[in-house]
Amino acid sequence: MYRIVRKEALRPTVTLYEIEAPLIAKKAQPGQFIILRVDENGERIPITINNYDPEKGTVTIIVQTVGATTEKLAHLNEGDCLQDFVGPLGKATETEGKKKVCVVGGGVGCAIAYPVLKKFHDSGAEVHAVVGFKNKDLVILEDDFRASSDVLKICTDDGSYGQKGLVTDALKELIEAGNQYDEVFAIGPMVMMKFVSLTTKPYGIPTTVSMSPIMVDGTGMCGGCRLSVGGEMKFACVDGPDFDGHKVDWDLAVKRNQMYRDFEMHKHEETCNLFKKEVE
Amino acid sequence: MANMSLVKNPMPSQDPNVRNKNFDEVALGYTEEQALDEAQRCLNCKAKPCMTGCPVMVHIPEFIAEVAKGNFEAAYQIISNTSALPAVCGRVCPQESQCEKYCVRGKKGDPVGIGRLERFVADWHNAHATAAPEKPASNGHRVAIVGSGPAGLTCAGDLARKGYEVTVFEALHLAGGVLVYGIPEFRLPKSIVQKEVDGLKALGVTIATDTVVGRTITVDELMVEQGFEAVFIGSGAGLPMFMNIPGVNYKGVFSANEFLTRINLMKAYKPESDTPIVHPKKVAVVGGGNVAMDAARCAKRLGAEVYIVYRRGMEELPARKEEVEHAEEEGIVFKTLNNPVEILADENDNVNKIRCIQMELGEPDASGRRRPVEVPGSEFDLDVDCVIMALGTSPNPLIKDTTKGLEINKKGGIVVNEDGLTSKENVYAGGDAVTGAATVILAMGAGKTAAKAIDEALSQK
Repeated sequence: MYRIVRKEALRPTVTLYEIEAPLIAKKAQPGQFIILRVDENGERIPITINNYDPEKGTVTIIVQTVGATTEKLAHLNEGDCLQDFVGPLGKATETEGKKKVCVVGGGVGCAIAYPVLKKFHDSGAEVHAVVGFKNKDLVILEDDFRASSDVLKICTDDGSYGQKGLVTDALKELIEAGNQYDEVFAIGPMVMMKFVSLTTKPYGIPTTVSMSPIMVDGTGMCGGCRLSVGGEMKFACVDGPDFDGHKVDWDLAVKRNQMYRDFEMHKHEETCNLFKKEVE
Repeated sequence: MANMSLVKNPMPSQDPNVRNKNFDEVALGYTEEQALDEAQRCLNCKAKPCMTGCPVMVHIPEFIAEVAKGNFEAAYQIISNTSALPAVCGRVCPQESQCEKYCVRGKKGDPVGIGRLERFVADWHNAHATAAPEKPASNGHRVAIVGSGPAGLTCAGDLARKGYEVTVFEALHLAGGVLVYGIPEFRLPKSIVQKEVDGLKALGVTIATDTVVGRTITVDELMVEQGFEAVFIGSGAGLPMFMNIPGVNYKGVFSANEFLTRINLMKAYKPESDTPIVHPKKVAVVGGGNVAMDAARCAKRLGAEVYIVYRRGMEELPARKEEVEHAEEEGIVFKTLNNPVEILADENDNVNKIRCIQMELGEPDASGRRRPVEVPGSEFDLDVDCVIMALGTSPNPLIKDTTKGLEINKKGGIVVNEDGLTSKENVYAGGDAVTGAATVILAMGAGKTAAKAIDEALSQK
C-alpha cells in the first residue's frame, strides 16, 4: 500500500502529499507523472510529480481539490494509504543543452513547474520564472521558486500580490526587455499554455508545454489522452507529456478535456454531500 | 452406449431482450444432466483429432470420459494438468476453429460441445472444491513474468507447479490483463478470473500490481538487481489504432480499448464508480472482430441503439460466429459493406454524424479475403453521438525502448524462436506482444511453450 507520510495544506484547496513509493521515487524524473486511485471505486487520475526522494523512498504531489477523487484524497490523513499509485509515467522533461530558459507556471501547475525549473537551474542554465495565481491567498512555493531562479516574477489576476495581470504579459515584458531564451517551458491550465505558446510564436522561441489530458491507464493502451500535434496523433502518456506548444491543436485539446465536465461536477457534489453526512 | 444425437445440447442462455439490458453472464452453463448427456456424444476415438486443435493440448477424450461417468472432479484434474485457466477457456476459446473443428462427430451433425463441457467441469470444480491446491516445494529458481494476461498467467502457473518462485508484474491495479479490462463481464465474469488468479496465488505465485515494467522497473533491472534468472514478457498488444479520417478526435470518439476499459476494469456503468462513461443514444462501432462485438454489446447495455460498421460483408466478419449471432439477437444492427470516411460534430465538437461510403467486394487480397472497393458517389450519413473504433492495436514501445538487446520485427512485435526465447539471453516472450492481437488460447499456448523452455534452461543450472 502507498502510505501518506506527510500531508500539508499549502492553501485551503491546495494540498501537498508525500507518499511512500520507493520504486517510483528511485526512478522519477522532472516532468513525469503518476496515476493514483484513492479507493476501490476510485477513478484513475494522472498527477504530475512535484518532488521525489530516492533515499527516503517517497514521492510528493501537490493537488488542488477540484473533483470527487481529489475531494476524497483531501479527506485522507497522514498514515492513511492510497489504493493505487503507479509510475513514473511519461517521458522526462528534456533540459540538456539549454543555457537560458524561462519557466512559466500557472496556479497549481507551479507544483509541476518547480522540479523542471530546479533541474534547469541545477544543470547550470540561467533560469527566469514567471508564476501566476488568481490572488495572494493562492500563491504557493514562492521560496522554492526564488531559491532556484535568477529572475522571478509573480503575477496575480487581481494585483493582490506581485504584479497585476496575466503571466503572458510578464513573459512578454521579459522578452521585450531583450532576454533571449533558448526555450520557454509552460505548465498550467490548458488555456494558459495556449496563450503562452501564442505569445512566444512571433518571437520564434521554442516553447514546450506539459499536457494533462484525460487518460485511463497511462501506459498507451486506451488512447483517451490523444492530441493532435503538428497534424499527427500523439498519446500524451507515452509520447509526452511534453510537446511543442506551437504545434499543439489547442482548441481540440481544450474541448476534449471538457468531455466529462457535467459528470465530474455531479460526482464532486455527490462526494461532498457524503462527507457532509458523515460529519452530521 | 454413445448418444448418437446429431445436435449438441444447446447452451442455456439469458433471453436476448433481457440480457441486452444487464451485464450478467449471457450463457448460463450446462446442468449436470445436460453435461452427462453431451459427454455421451463423445466416441472416445483413438486418434483424438480434437487434441491436435488445442494449443495447450488438453486431454479432451479422457476428461469427457470422466464427465460421462459423473466423475467431475477427476475430469477437472485432467484439464488442469495442461490448462491453467479452464473456466476462462471454456468461455472464450474459439472452439469451432480449434478442438471442435476436428471432432469426428462434426463430420455429420454437430461436433461434441467440448467448450461447453470444459466450462461445466471448471464451474463444477469452482463450486465444489474445498481444498486449495498445495504449494509445491521451492526449487530455488526465481522467474519474473511481465503482464498478468492469459500468456503470463499460464506461464506463471506452469512454472509454479514445478516449484519455481514466480512474481508476476502487472501495470494495472488488477491482475488478468485483457480478461479483466477487455472481455466484458457478460462473456467472462470477473469473479471467474479472480478465482483463477487466487488459484495461482495458492500455488505460491506473487502478483505485483501497479508495476509498469519499462517505467517502474526495467527488464534488465529485474535480472541484474532483483536476481530473477529468467523473464517472460507477456505484455499484450498495446496502442489502439484509429482511422486516419477527419473528425477522429471529436468528443464521443473512443478506441474500443478505452470504452471497454472504462466499463470492464473501472466498472463505470455502476453508480458507485467514480469513473465517467458516456451514455450515448446511437453508436457506430467500426470494425468486425470480437472486440467490436464486445464494444457493441456493451454500448447496447448502456441503452444505446448500436450499428456495426464494417467494410466487408457478413461472411467476412473476423469475429466468432457465436459472438455475431449473440450481437444480432441482442438487436445490434450490422451495416456491413460500409466504410467511414468522416466523423462530423456540432459546434462544441460533440459527434453527431458519421459519414460512410458503400463498398463492394473485388478480387481477393494477400489475406485471401476479397478486397473491399468503394462505390463512387455512395456516401451517406448515419446520425450517431458516439463512434467506437475497434481496429486492432499496434505494439507498445515501452518495453522495447527500455530493454537492451531485445530484437523487434518490422511490425513492432518481439522476435522469438520456437521456444519463445528472444534475442536476449534468459528473456522469453509470448502472446500478443509477439504476434500482435490474437486470441486468449494462443497466448496461453505461448506461455506454456515458454514455461517449458524456461524449466529446461534453469533446471540444468
